[in-house]
Amino acid sequence: MATADAIAALQERFPELNLEAQPLMPARNGEASDQLWLRIPADRLLEVAQFARDDPRTKFEQLCDLAGIDYLNFPDAEDRFAVVYSLLSLTHNHRLWLKVFVNDPDPQVPSVTGIWRGAEWPEREVLDLFGIRFPGHPDPRRLFLPEVFQDHPLRKDYPLHGKGERTSFEVVRRDSV
Amino acid sequence: MGLNVAAATDASIQGSFGTTRLDFVVDLIKKYGINWSRKNSLWPMPFATACCGIEFMAAAASRYDIARFGSEACRFSPRQSDLLIVAGRVAVKMLPVLQRIYVQMTEPKWVVAMGACASTGGVFDTYAVIQGFDQFLPVDVYIPGCPPRPETVHEAIMAIQRVVREDGVKSSKERGRGLQLRIEPPQMMPGGSQLREGSLGERASGPVI
Repeated sequence: MATADAIAALQERFPELNLEAQPLMPARNGEASDQLWLRIPADRLLEVAQFARDDPRTKFEQLCDLAGIDYLNFPDAEDRFAVVYSLLSLTHNHRLWLKVFVNDPDPQVPSVTGIWRGAEWPEREVLDLFGIRFPGHPDPRRLFLPEVFQDHPLRKDYPLHGKGERTSFEVVRRDSV
Repeated sequence: MGLNVAAATDASIQGSFGTTRLDFVVDLIKKYGINWSRKNSLWPMPFATACCGIEFMAAAASRYDIARFGSEACRFSPRQSDLLIVAGRVAVKMLPVLQRIYVQMTEPKWVVAMGACASTGGVFDTYAVIQGFDQFLPVDVYIPGCPPRPETVHEAIMAIQRVVREDGVKSSKERGRGLQLRIEPPQMMPGGSQLREGSLGERASGPVI
């Protein structure tokens, strides 16, 4: 599988990171999964991403998705948050996932907008909903929620009904101007 | 304003208020002249935020034809319309915009909450959806449904037409101090005391869900 070549290239270039590919989901039907992820420390992310995009053996030109995960109350979790990068190579037709784990307080992951421009809005979404900051982002503001919103709602400790933000508005009556 | 106020507040005339002949004529002109022309030319401002907007389009299109109510001129400017139809869920970010649109509409104006989401928040009971924008804006008619059938939308247009004709929904005082109960309360069932008026018997606390 071509992904194995890409992983081998990454392991050769970054031996000190001890990269070990794990499947995203447990294998079914005895087949090995071809959806593999690598754990990358946050401070090395930019180098790894640059290499992944540019090296001819990996050539991950497209960042398909960028998402945040909150592992609160997850049984095997060691860290609170993760940011997942879903990479696709159009030349070699293989995919790879990178996960960067971060913790409270002040979780930060360097922004990859300099490498893949399409990361701009997904990183804003993660900032808006999880509170993970991306230093180096060209436009770090909330994407969905109003600017005055205080919390980060997709964290698992945020109540579904909110904390009163949906009821604190001015009442316009029939005789108001 | 010509109303016989003394008679209206006189406790001995229970449930009625007096009118003069001038009142009668003025009412006639208002109801069947001015309000008639208003109700037959309600120009909606479709504030369509979600799926109910599509259903409103269906209600306005040729099969279900909102033009027969005089409402085919859907002006998307609040200054040029008189009926605000809020079709769809109102998000926390959108409510100030909606309020601003309502305030910009010129009098007389009416508001319809179309669909479950606009009326109560619908299935979206979350931090970002207003659970019924009637907490923050006056609403005249609510249309239930998810989405409401186009025929239901037309029924709501007809309800708004009644509201327009009667100059709003009158309070019970204006209608004559509410209903007079003219039927006998049910006779006590043999062997049971629960139906006695004013007492719930042993069922004072209902089941707790």
